[in-house]
Amino acid sequence: MADARTEILNRIRAAKVAPAGPTPRDYRRTGEGGVELFAERVADYRAIVHAVSDVPAKLRELLVGKRIVAPAGLPADWLVDGVEWLTEPLSTEDLDQADGVLTNCAAAIADTGTIVLDAGAGQGRRALTLLPDYHVCVVRTDQVAASVPEALERLDPLRPLTFISGPSATSDIELNRVEGVHGPRTLEVLIT
Amino acid sequence: MARNPVTWLGSPTFPNAARTALADTQLRQNLRKATGTIRARRASAVAEMPDWEALRLSGEAIKNDVLSRLEVLLPQLEEAVTARGGTVHWARDAEEANAIVLRLCRENDATEVVKVKSMATAEIGLNEALEEGGVHAIETDLAELIVQLGDDRPSHILVPAIHRNRSEIREIFQRRMGISVSDEPADLAEAARLYLRQKFLTTKVAVSGANFAVADTGSIVVLESEGNGRMCLTLPDTLITVMGIEKLVPTWQDLEVFLQLLPRSSTAERMNPYTSVWTGVTPGDGPQQFHLILLDNGRTASLKDTVGRQALRCIRCSACLNVCPVYERTGGQSYGSVYPGPIGAILTPQLVGDMHDKQAASLPYASSLCGACFEVCPVRIDIPSVLTHLRAEAVTAKGRSPESVAMAAAAWMFRDAKRYERAQKLGALARLLARNGKITSLPWPGSKWTSSRDVPAPPAESFREWWRKNRG
Repeated sequence: MADARTEILNRIRAAKVAPAGPTPRDYRRTGEGGVELFAERVADYRAIVHAVSDVPAKLRELLVGKRIVAPAGLPADWLVDGVEWLTEPLSTEDLDQADGVLTNCAAAIADTGTIVLDAGAGQGRRALTLLPDYHVCVVRTDQVAASVPEALERLDPLRPLTFISGPSATSDIELNRVEGVHGPRTLEVLIT
Repeated sequence: MARNPVTWLGSPTFPNAARTALADTQLRQNLRKATGTIRARRASAVAEMPDWEALRLSGEAIKNDVLSRLEVLLPQLEEAVTARGGTVHWARDAEEANAIVLRLCRENDATEVVKVKSMATAEIGLNEALEEGGVHAIETDLAELIVQLGDDRPSHILVPAIHRNRSEIREIFQRRMGISVSDEPADLAEAARLYLRQKFLTTKVAVSGANFAVADTGSIVVLESEGNGRMCLTLPDTLITVMGIEKLVPTWQDLEVFLQLLPRSSTAERMNPYTSVWTGVTPGDGPQQFHLILLDNGRTASLKDTVGRQALRCIRCSACLNVCPVYERTGGQSYGSVYPGPIGAILTPQLVGDMHDKQAASLPYASSLCGACFEVCPVRIDIPSVLTHLRAEAVTAKGRSPESVAMAAAAWMFRDAKRYERAQKLGALARLLARNGKITSLPWPGSKWTSSRDVPAPPAESFREWWRKNRG
């Protein structure tokens, strides 16, 4: 008997599906929305949004007295005094017990109110933004893409990516959205 | 060959199951409320998109392209995943896929696995197969957890516990978690968070499905809401992903279509809270062992059917369930399959692949053919056409029924004018059986007809006779 791979590929060949025509792409690939729309739509999903000019000042206001995970590669002036910064190596338990995590992002999407992390500098491995119950994410205005297609163009699919649209939520009880399940229950987005 | 576990063993045919379900007023009330909510929300999420129809056309075309090039795209995906440190397995059927997962669990000394909600693993009955092999699967999606703790069966593709309202969920949680909790959705979500937290932090093997796999990069995509998916995809040492062979998209760019179509069709959100994308293994981040199982389980048989194969475009959004008047009244469990509703009515019989199976053959009739499912389908599956196509197959498989014998006799009679008139005269005698102009019970073989509908009494004189007398 042939192995599974050979047999499945043989079955596919035997089905003789005729080639499909060219794929129409008449949808909008670009959007008009900018930072304002992004802020509005992030807030729609009950994330807290601030437009800030002085990031360190805002971080001081939000984080002083807390134990916050700081992935490698954050700008030095974001690591403000009065915060207990937790740096790698961190165990699962360390992350679970932290008060929160501070990151930047790889891109953001105005149409959908989404931020995207790619585990790059200032973001760290995926667990860092998952276990702490509070996530502060700093988004630069030039990182905001108007549409989903524009954002995907900016991203490298070979990196581990996490698209985040608001805090953790569920629609599983009577199909209504409720915020706060396993992921961070509070998401605070700083646009600068 | 073993039976396909996509349908539940011993399920009654759809009409019989529906009769029982319709008598359950609580069920109908829960479903009416939930589907009503999501229908309205979906409509407004879609209305925001001026290019929705263009996106649907692209989604349809991309999936058709995939189905026509699986022979090339699957090996391409395999190569990309392997190049990035993943291992690819192929499984012809449920049994083979389950055996691979069980073997991988044993190789990793795992007696427990955490699971992300996945239709593919529900279809193959993975949890039951693992349990038999001594491995306990923990469902981590809230609705799946409700079903699992309630020793229940799923009734919806997206929200398997849609048939349960908040007070029923509260009762299940109190009984199985040994806690006291209110019926506020936020409190119920908190209870699930606490219940699963330690499992996420300590379990070494996770099992997931996949919403999409990008052939040219080897990237796997999972959309979710709660963060349970991220937990499973990130924290364990080993990740096993089971995906149907039709889940591919050719390129990274193609995802831009589906990341717009799926959330709005499914949870009626502009974007679901979390989408994870990973490619093979990333050193220092997430599971260091990644296994991808490519599952056939009846898909290649459906691929042969020029009409039926469009069901393989399905991205499991469940919009068709939420708008279906039949689903709303009978609920999902009446379909006797992990795939209920309109898509289930066309997908399940094809995966079972045997129209002599009475239960599977009854599913294409679980529809009024109103067409609402086609209108909302993000990949434009013409469900009504596939339903009628499968009904024809069901009839052929049934062979010569009393009805088809009667039709053949009628054809013989209609072919000849003399025969026809003689038959009419004979038929007029049936008036003797009529009451109030209706015949409710004919002798056999006519009883096959009147067991489910009445026949109007024939007139005393046929039109031909009348014409001959008056005008002839």
